Amino acid sequence: MTENPTPEELGAYVDETAKRIGLPIASEQRPGVIQFTGVLLASAALVMEFPLPDDVEPAPVFRP
Amino acid sequence: MSPAMPRAEYVASDGLGLTAAVRAGRVSARAVTDAALAQIAARGPAVNTFTTVLAEQARADADRVDAAIAAGRDAGPLAGLPFAVKDLFDVAGITTLAGSKINRERPPAARDAAAVAALRRAGAVLLGALNMDEYAYGFTTENSHYGPVRNPHDPTRVAGGSSGGSGAAVGAGLVPLTLGSDTNGSVRVPASLCGVFGLKPTYGRVSRAGSTLFAGSFDHVGALGRSVRDVTAALDLMQGPDPEDPVCSSRPAEPCLPLLGEGVDGLRIAILDGHFARGGDPEAFAAVGQVAAALGVTRRVTIPEAHRARAAAMVITASEGANAHLADLKRRPQDFDPLTRDRFLAGALVPAAVYVQAQRFRAWYRAVVADLFGQVDVLLAPTTPCPAPRIGQDRIVLDGVEVLIRPNLGVYTQPLSFIGLPVLSVPVTRPGALPLGVQLVGAPFREAHVLRVGALLEAKGVVAAAVSA
Repeated sequence: MTENPTPEELGAYVDETAKRIGLPIASEQRPGVIQFTGVLLASAALVMEFPLPDDVEPAPVFRP
Repeated sequence: MSPAMPRAEYVASDGLGLTAAVRAGRVSARAVTDAALAQIAARGPAVNTFTTVLAEQARADADRVDAAIAAGRDAGPLAGLPFAVKDLFDVAGITTLAGSKINRERPPAARDAAAVAALRRAGAVLLGALNMDEYAYGFTTENSHYGPVRNPHDPTRVAGGSSGGSGAAVGAGLVPLTLGSDTNGSVRVPASLCGVFGLKPTYGRVSRAGSTLFAGSFDHVGALGRSVRDVTAALDLMQGPDPEDPVCSSRPAEPCLPLLGEGVDGLRIAILDGHFARGGDPEAFAAVGQVAAALGVTRRVTIPEAHRARAAAMVITASEGANAHLADLKRRPQDFDPLTRDRFLAGALVPAAVYVQAQRFRAWYRAVVADLFGQVDVLLAPTTPCPAPRIGQDRIVLDGVEVLIRPNLGVYTQPLSFIGLPVLSVPVTRPGALPLGVQLVGAPFREAHVLRVGALLEAKGVVAAAVSA
């Protein structure tokens, strides 16, 4: 996915990813899903661009 | 049989005030319960808060409280206090809807959620279950299945969400205390827009056992109420270890109610700058200014990367929320609320690398904010960027920029629940204007600090629940 995806690129991402996880998306739901995917991927870009030190572990802790 | 309780008297009192009257024998719990039921019948339909009213059960509970008092037994610290709970807490005998149509097919809950049971054990009387955004995914409670909750102060406006019914039920004087849940702001946003107190305790301080989770990394049980002491009393009864909730802390309960009168001497208080001082209406910042002025606070501090914390919160929420409902999203998407469905579907498509990175960022951010709490005890920030928008309104101009209103109601709450900080949203006194809240933010497990500040502000009249009964 590019940094500023076009609506067509977002649509292609939604279609491909949904297919791979077996999630049917009806045509009337597709514009809304594309819109929110755009919002989420913009948030994702903010998260991914931040340089984290290597030793930072994910917040959740599992206690056996 | 004790005399009926006048409506005006019922709606004028906070919860502990009603309990004091019951315990002193000035009014029976049954009369208080009947007053609550009458107010719910008279005022409830206009705000559309209750999804279930438990009239019979409530009267029976009240009679038990009265019998205990008549027999000289202790009827409990919340004796006769009427309360209601967001419809994602299990209540024995009724089906937990969580604002959905899908969950109507489920059997009734076998027992009360831990938080509900704790209040009922203390003598509080449960009046019913409250409307919410479907599966708690929203900030406005414009529920398509059960109708929008209406703001008690203007029925054309939203009550906030996702605990919208919990905010409006208090703001309309139906009950003085409600339970809600807060994942990204779902207790604090309705508290702000309805003009009531909203307490989101530290993550893990209150058991979530028996409540329907939305995004487990951030789900908190909280309380909305008429007064600081009401929400504090609820916290004290609900807090403490519970092996049935895997994220519930093992720390022993530390009661906060006895500390409310300690004032703010010795507390280092500062206004949050940066992310929390932009992107909102001038009146949201003016509300923070009112609180700061009353406390004599001028110091400003900044939490770095708060906007990124909000982004990470959105990624984690969407991913966990979508996963929780993936089977239904695949099988019966048409049964979801159109206002949540597309967001749930989009959440299912977030790459794992992004989710894990967001959880790592969360650990980094927690450490940064922990450092800040070495220099300060309580932080002040707006709760919402604006007063209640109109029902159906999509966009709003904030700080000169047109933005989508629904996600932006959480702009100041999300970066705080992201790391589980305790927050009390206090309703700032604004005569003639729509309500607005200010967040008092503490270090983890330092609820007492924010509650002490809230109690002082309440005593000074700077903050007060706005009830439109």
